[in-house]
Amino acid sequence: MNDGMKIHLRIWRQPNGKAEGELVDYTIENVSPEMSFLEMLDVLNQQIIAKGEIPIEFDSDCREGICGSCGIVIDGVAHGPVKGTATCQLHMRHFKDGDTIVLEPWRANAFPIIKDLVVDRSALDSIITAGGYVSVHTGSAPDANANLIGKYAADKAMDAAACIGCGACVASCPNASAALFTAAKISHLVNLPQGLTERARRVRNMVEAMDTAGFGNCSNHGECQAVCPKEISIQTIAVMRREYLRSLTFDYAAAGDIAAGSD
Amino acid sequence: MNEQQSKKLDSKVPAGPLAEKWDKHRFDSKLVNPSNKRKFTLIVVGTGLAGASAAASLGELGYNVKAFFIHDSPRRAHSIAAQGGINASKNYANDGDSVWRLFYDTIKGGDYRAREANVYRLAQVSEAIIDQCVAQGVPFAREYGGVLANRSFGGAQVSRTFYARGQTGQQLLLGAYQAMMRQVDTGKVTLFKRREMLDLVTIDGRARGIITRNLLNGEIEAHEGDAVLLCTGGYGNLFYLSTNAMNSNATAAWRCYKRGAMFANPCFTQIHPTCIPVSGDHQSKLTLMSESLRNDGRVWVPLKAGDKRPPSQIPEQERDYYLERRYPSFGNLVPRDVASRAAKAVCDKGMGVGTTGQAVYLDFAEAIGRLGEAVIRDRYGNLFDMYEMITGENPYKTPMRIYPAVHYTMGGLWVDYNLMTTVPGLFALGECNFSDHGANRLGASALMQGLADGYFVIPYTIGNYLAGGGLDKVSADQEEFKTVMAEVNGRIGKLLGIKGKRDPRDFHRQLGKIMWDNVGMGRNEAGLKTAITEIGKLREEYWQNLRVPGEPTTLNKYLEFAGRVADYFELGELMARDALHREESCGGHFREEYQTSEGEAQRRDDQFAYVAAWEFKGDKAEPEMHKEELKFENVELKQRSYK
Repeated sequence: MNDGMKIHLRIWRQPNGKAEGELVDYTIENVSPEMSFLEMLDVLNQQIIAKGEIPIEFDSDCREGICGSCGIVIDGVAHGPVKGTATCQLHMRHFKDGDTIVLEPWRANAFPIIKDLVVDRSALDSIITAGGYVSVHTGSAPDANANLIGKYAADKAMDAAACIGCGACVASCPNASAALFTAAKISHLVNLPQGLTERARRVRNMVEAMDTAGFGNCSNHGECQAVCPKEISIQTIAVMRREYLRSLTFDYAAAGDIAAGSD
Repeated sequence: MNEQQSKKLDSKVPAGPLAEKWDKHRFDSKLVNPSNKRKFTLIVVGTGLAGASAAASLGELGYNVKAFFIHDSPRRAHSIAAQGGINASKNYANDGDSVWRLFYDTIKGGDYRAREANVYRLAQVSEAIIDQCVAQGVPFAREYGGVLANRSFGGAQVSRTFYARGQTGQQLLLGAYQAMMRQVDTGKVTLFKRREMLDLVTIDGRARGIITRNLLNGEIEAHEGDAVLLCTGGYGNLFYLSTNAMNSNATAAWRCYKRGAMFANPCFTQIHPTCIPVSGDHQSKLTLMSESLRNDGRVWVPLKAGDKRPPSQIPEQERDYYLERRYPSFGNLVPRDVASRAAKAVCDKGMGVGTTGQAVYLDFAEAIGRLGEAVIRDRYGNLFDMYEMITGENPYKTPMRIYPAVHYTMGGLWVDYNLMTTVPGLFALGECNFSDHGANRLGASALMQGLADGYFVIPYTIGNYLAGGGLDKVSADQEEFKTVMAEVNGRIGKLLGIKGKRDPRDFHRQLGKIMWDNVGMGRNEAGLKTAITEIGKLREEYWQNLRVPGEPTTLNKYLEFAGRVADYFELGELMARDALHREESCGGHFREEYQTSEGEAQRRDDQFAYVAAWEFKGDKAEPEMHKEELKFENVELKQRSYK
């Protein structure tokens, strides 16, 4: 580690949701550029524990950028300086010797702070619970190739379905809106024939759940798209709005005549 | 071999021809009347593919389900990280696939150490899984004509793997998660987030509840139910460095073992051949590069040991494409255990590449030349991006460097045909059971098994158990719950009270090294004995020199780690013990004393064609091994050959 860097860190410490928090200064030496950002924090924690102090809490699990557990606002940017990258996939080669880095938790009314850099993102689950699915009982599915789905539609659905539910979109939005998260699921399902049956009910219930959970509204800043580790496009938000308008003008009674239970 | 069969292990495999067993069993199983289902409460621990699919399906049937998970959201379970795909015998490729062939490939791939009836059932339900997932809106890859696309995977000569880019696990898990959240909406499933199961409660010999720790405030809680479904994944993280997630752990399964559930074939560990190599001591985990890459990537090393030239300057004739050379018919698509051992063999001889010499090349130059970069990007784009993020190298221009890493554990809690452990009312689903993969799991089969267990097996078999009666009402206020809660509190107090000098991850790293060196890709008697001694010594130090920072009443990651590492010492010892007793090589278990003249695994079917199930006999006593004889009535046991 002869090319180890010295890094100064200012880290948000807050013992619990009710206590006041503050930025605390740390310095860590011999940081290898091969280290991931979270591995650097692991090493820092080891040093903190050795001193008899309380280590920094942060969420992290797969460390492959797919589970959505991690999330730190790094120098004011959710997930840090590299585009299309979750915090766990950020590596120290993107920083240089002597840098000072500021680490803060996701900040949003709907994401109460639990401790240090850990927040409660259950509000995102409540949006899915409200309708982010196709209602199909186990065992009742037709043959998988019974519905042909063009590659273009399947790819569009997959682009939106790639959302990892990390909440960076919320953390970076001036309104703390979950529009990109919600729109990604709506866009995923509405691009597939399986998702069409419930499209009107889905968008109305999910948008309502988003409001209920305390997320703000979207006013087209586009910050969400800029920080999304999966680079989900705000075009999905346009899809969500179109779907929402459509649902408002949808004639439920007429639809009921055509296909009972469908909307 | 009949005398080998332990009386304590009844596999409950139905009689009759293989292809009719499951059908007959479903008919013979008792049903629970729809209006009675709501009287039962089922505890599901873990919300990965097995847990989420079980919770959703059981909720749909009308049972009350309590689902517990250690994360903030059930969608974070490590199934989400599975990349390559899911197998099914649809034969959409018209290349000769069938239920029988998937069954046969899985039995053979597992090196004939899995139960025929379970594997056949797995192959049978594989097709319904794809149907179900597509109906849920899982965006599998498609052809231009709109039909589902397939690709090949290791250990098979047909294209039966369905995939969603390199994120198949994510999409399947989100499908199961969404189905479960629909049941949360109906009120049939109740979620318990950030809860870690720390013990099992049995009453009158049956599993009737669990003890959990609320990870946010440290509260120890008791939850009662009519059955407990353990869906907590594997124990690969025991090795410290593995492709498992940081929070994947063996504690729930290990606690069940200590309450009477036997642990089967603990030494069967899968070392995945294509992972990004270790870069330094700071390494916290390893990242898999999907096996699907071996469809288009060619594995090679320099012919000469110690050749330090960059790959672009090593001419074709000075490269050894050792998999293609050694296994001409399967080439780069040999099963994982074979590919991993071959990589170790060339690196041990000094042909390894990279700074550590512990890596081989996975080269896409030929495929990019043949198909163009755009096609390769479409197939593997996200994997290539991930590789570049981690290593800083562009795999479109220079070959990937890969090395094997611990990935999956075939061993796990012993279960019968109904997925029930040796504790009545305790079921184990997915990776945490031992049942379907024998000594080696084929690629794209873990997702298949997790979902098979959750969607299509447990909904039938649990009904038979519940309808059998004898489940009196129990309450979490009962003495049995209080006793176990006190034990759990005692253990936490003990961990916090040591106040030594080393943190739990520091111990874990050292344990992992002992395991990797002695109970890893190559095992021998002396090494295994060393491992048992070393683990014992380290464990002793652990209980005297552990330092757990912070308080038990708040979020405290290092306290969580401390409990898990304590269990790893015990499980690690059992793994070594199991590996020592199994004097043969099979699948991922390679005993160096037992190999063919060509260096392939040498099974000893006359002596070891059984499942070794270990029974806990007390902290101071040695565990007792029970044998479940494996009867092969439908396939002929052969030396595996992929040449």
